[in-house]
Amino acid sequence: MTATAPPRDRAPAGPPPAARSAPPLWRRVSDSGWAFLLPFLAVFAAFMGWPVVYGFWLSLTDSTLVRTGGDFVGLANYAEALGDPLMWQTLGNTAFFTLASTVPLVVLALVMAVLVHSGLPGQWLWRLSFFVPYLLPVATVGLVGQFMFNQEIGVLNQATGADVGWLSEDSVALWSIVIATVWWTVGFNFLLYLAALQSIPDHLYEAASIDGAGAWARLWSITLPQLSRITGVVLVLQLLSSLKVFDQIYLLMGNNPTDATRSILIYVYDTGFTGYRLGYGSALSYIFLAIVVAVALVQTWVGSRRNKGAAA
Amino acid sequence: MSILTPAAGERNSRREANRRQRSLILGRSRLARGGAMTVLVVMALGWLFPLIWATNSSFRTEADTVALPLQWIPENGFTLEQYIGLFEVGKVQLWMTNSLIIAVAVTAITVAVSALAAYAFSRMVFRGRKALFALTIAAIMVPPQLLIIPLFDQMVALNLVDTYAAIILPQVVAPIMVFILKKFFDGIPRELEEAARMDGAGPWRVFFSVVLPLSRPILAAVSIFVFINAWNNFLWPFIVTTDPSLMTLPVGIPNVLDAYGTVYARNMASSMVAAAPMIVVFLLFQRRIVRSVATTGLGGQ
Repeated sequence: MTATAPPRDRAPAGPPPAARSAPPLWRRVSDSGWAFLLPFLAVFAAFMGWPVVYGFWLSLTDSTLVRTGGDFVGLANYAEALGDPLMWQTLGNTAFFTLASTVPLVVLALVMAVLVHSGLPGQWLWRLSFFVPYLLPVATVGLVGQFMFNQEIGVLNQATGADVGWLSEDSVALWSIVIATVWWTVGFNFLLYLAALQSIPDHLYEAASIDGAGAWARLWSITLPQLSRITGVVLVLQLLSSLKVFDQIYLLMGNNPTDATRSILIYVYDTGFTGYRLGYGSALSYIFLAIVVAVALVQTWVGSRRNKGAAA
Repeated sequence: MSILTPAAGERNSRREANRRQRSLILGRSRLARGGAMTVLVVMALGWLFPLIWATNSSFRTEADTVALPLQWIPENGFTLEQYIGLFEVGKVQLWMTNSLIIAVAVTAITVAVSALAAYAFSRMVFRGRKALFALTIAAIMVPPQLLIIPLFDQMVALNLVDTYAAIILPQVVAPIMVFILKKFFDGIPRELEEAARMDGAGPWRVFFSVVLPLSRPILAAVSIFVFINAWNNFLWPFIVTTDPSLMTLPVGIPNVLDAYGTVYARNMASSMVAAAPMIVVFLLFQRRIVRSVATTGLGGQ
């Protein structure tokens, strides 16, 4: 067998190389699982494991960007965070953004996928329209958003005759960010739904059409029930990615988000990199990490309960 | 798979499949077909409009971009001056090169490292395998964004701030991709590898000449997904670069604009330049990208 002609679907038939006696030590090491795992373990330990541990240590100190290795202060940072109104406000903003964006991001993706999957002419164009925004760098989303949301010359106000400060009014800005986010990222969920729709067996629809069920009845009695599993997946992925919102808020607000629009991650960034308080910023990160893990665990738990319920 | 029949490459069979699909899902009702089509057209227009408007505005003089009332055809006609000005400054080409170098490096390293680890988790027997795999799964839950502070501090300590390495290395840890690849490797029949082993091939040989060739589709899917994310990544490159000559497109473009104040026509031109590479890639490989996002995304369950 030669390396240049890898067998595709049948066992290699070439002559075996010379028989080997007991392999030397370096050979045993290099042929073991550890050797395959080593590169991943190295980057994982250096850029995930260590920062997780080190970040936790930082959160127990009063380190700053100019003076790392600060003094150990115990849980003082956490105590301060719990009494910090800005942390609660930015957490509130994050929760609001997560709920307000997740609902349309799931529902609209579902609507788009069901419509496109119906096989209407123009498949290529529909997929392009809904998915292409997902490929845009966030810089583009920020600039185009600022341009369209602009109060004086923005196309939104000009076309509708409204006079809304889409990004400048505190009560509206977060909604505008939600709109931009839905436009930008719905394509990903749309594709997940589309893939799931393609795996619904045709015979279900054939049976329904023999029974005389119309399009509406087919949608409610076949399509939607068949999609309940994937909806769970889309929901988890969406909640987790919405909670982590940073980029689009930061750029839509012109690198300078107001307190009414700052997410918790932006607050972490501001604390650590503008305020130079690495210790306090790390403590905020860990509080947030606890929330993310809790959401993930609750989701897993709900998901497994529902699966059990379906199996029973 | 009703749409993606083996003959999907052929236009006619695709059309035929669509027609079948239509009658299966919408039935014969004119109302259902017309209604579905209308909603689809309206939504697609809504989704395309921002891009069309931004493109249109990027081909104008600044005065025409902000002239009220807004018009589809600008008074002084369309012009390339924004794009010419943008490329004359020369930063955009530089950032695009940086983005490309970084995204390619991140993709290559991530896929190599993850595939090896996934194979070890899937096939090899060694002490600590279960514990390490559990750790990898747990790490999926940790958003890398939360590690910016310790990671940055680490980069300062290693004296790596403002280097390619600092931008690239933290992005190559992708436990989710290890998980997806392991699931795929689990599904490959062991007989093929055993046959190769009988012929005296060691695990590396088996991996490179039996397993990898069988895994091309999933490797492509993972690569595409990692590449899209690396190309568009903003937060980490933004934090760890201060030198404009090392910036990536998403970081550089908003940054330089700050220095000039708001110039909408120019902004739209840079937006389009930043967006163009991925859109072109998508137009070329639409099917493949659609499929890979679906596979890797679904792997996340």
